[in-house]
Amino acid sequence: MTAVAARTYAWKRPSVLPGFNLTLGYSLVYLSIIVLLPLAALLLRPTELGLDGFWTAVTAPRVIASLKLSFGASAVAALVNCAFGLIVAWVLARYDFPLKRLVDALVDLPFALPTAVAGIALTSLYAPNGWIGSLLAPLGIKVAFTPIGIVIALIFIGLPFVVRTVQPVLLDLDREVEDAAASLGATRWQNFRMVILPSIFPALLTGLALAFARAVGEYGSVIFIAGNMPMKSEIAPLLIVTKLEQYDYAGAAAIAVVMLIASFLMLLVINLLQRWARRHEDRG
Amino acid sequence: MNAETSFAMPTDIQPESKVAAPRPVNTGTADPAWAKLLLIGAALAFMALMLVLPLVAVFVEALRDGIGKYLSAVSNREAWSAIRLTLIVAGIAVPLNLVFGLCAAWSIAKFEFRGKSLLITFIDLPFSVSPVISGLIYVLLYGAHGWFGPTLAAMGIKVIFTVAGLVLATIFVTFPFVARELIPLMQEQGTEEEEAAVSLGANGFQTFFRVTLPNVAWGLLYGVLLCNARAMGEFGAVSVVSGHIRGQTNTMPLHVEILYNEYDFVGAFAVASLLALLALVTLVGKSILEWRMGQRLSRGH
Repeated sequence: MTAVAARTYAWKRPSVLPGFNLTLGYSLVYLSIIVLLPLAALLLRPTELGLDGFWTAVTAPRVIASLKLSFGASAVAALVNCAFGLIVAWVLARYDFPLKRLVDALVDLPFALPTAVAGIALTSLYAPNGWIGSLLAPLGIKVAFTPIGIVIALIFIGLPFVVRTVQPVLLDLDREVEDAAASLGATRWQNFRMVILPSIFPALLTGLALAFARAVGEYGSVIFIAGNMPMKSEIAPLLIVTKLEQYDYAGAAAIAVVMLIASFLMLLVINLLQRWARRHEDRG
Repeated sequence: MNAETSFAMPTDIQPESKVAAPRPVNTGTADPAWAKLLLIGAALAFMALMLVLPLVAVFVEALRDGIGKYLSAVSNREAWSAIRLTLIVAGIAVPLNLVFGLCAAWSIAKFEFRGKSLLITFIDLPFSVSPVISGLIYVLLYGAHGWFGPTLAAMGIKVIFTVAGLVLATIFVTFPFVARELIPLMQEQGTEEEEAAVSLGANGFQTFFRVTLPNVAWGLLYGVLLCNARAMGEFGAVSVVSGHIRGQTNTMPLHVEILYNEYDFVGAFAVASLLALLALVTLVGKSILEWRMGQRLSRGH
């Protein structure tokens, strides 16, 4: 029946349900006004600079430094989250301990807590006179107002992505495969490394990519702790704001276009990873 | 589904404990006690350091100079106008995205048409755009040097540096929340119940309100809850379009920034503590809704 229907409908399969034209039409108009038109404006804006102008704008040393910092700090934070996110997901999926439900709910705090609040809270903790900063200061470690502070903020906002992509896969894992491996003489470590890790690897990579993508564009939680020194601790989103405040619209748009293309590429990678992960699960 | 899993659907579908029933001890499948303790310790220590400590710091800093200072910091005129504006902006943005979410989910989940997956990708787009860029795109359209800015200015309409700009930017960053919760849920329900209702003579609205909506009510609430939390807490996007005009275009997160940059730390953390409370209420609501949805799901299967 599906085959027949698929052959006979041009672009929409006939249905007895009402409201298709109205709801799809409204959705498309709303989507165009809110999302597509403004994004088109952004993509077209740098054209007024010309190709050379665009290149000059995005390869200026200050822009390059900020892009390097944004992508570099995000990569470090995503890797840290990958390790600790896996541990948190593992502990939540496999073990029982007091207050587990509370801990589980708390994982989503970075999603729910406004970024500006996270930003000032982390800054007050890691400032040289803060609770953690004052412990690190005697060791000669400065966190707030340095790139390390940026990494800390990005770890904070990225943690839930890794936990929430790995945890469901760990819960769904077929424990019989582990039993089989064990009965064949695998030690616990071999079992983890050769049975469990390959099964959760696609999910782990997806979580890593999601945390990275989110961190690259992050603004609110970073600007308070970063110090915002040009060439040293100025992230790319902040440079966009700075250019905008100087009425350099095209310059701001040029950086934004670079970041937008980067995040679309990451979106593509994430989609491919998720497809891989699904195939992986289907096979398992 | 594709794209980003910003707020993934409930992971704890089963209302029962997430740990499998006790299993026979086997050195190949059971983790040694020391490893278990070490991992739980590491996870809890990491979460205490990265998540709990910042949350505690907000309240401690807010109450640093006593409860009197705190109360006056959250009840002065500027704080109130920030709170009011935040409520107004969320009060406009969330219902608009709710209506969109329902329309998009109805057309996408209940009908088969070409280009559907592209449409879903477009709906998810705002989640992968940096907050700053989310604000910037509206400045490029409606700002003084934007596409439509000069024309609108000639007509006496200002968007950027006004509440309208804040609303637009907030709608953009919270755009996918309701739709992405509803689409998979409504797809899962199928179309048979609706088709039965229509064949019995129900009109579209009756079908929707009596058949579809009761089936997805919890998911809808879930999407609205997350949408609202983000709408009230958004900082980057609204910061770009607001112009930071005190008492006029200052939402709570922007007010926090201004106070903080003026070294009024007690004031900044006091307003921040209200936002932190909102986050905690959101987390509690989210857990309750996930539990309800889990129950529904396990009853259905």
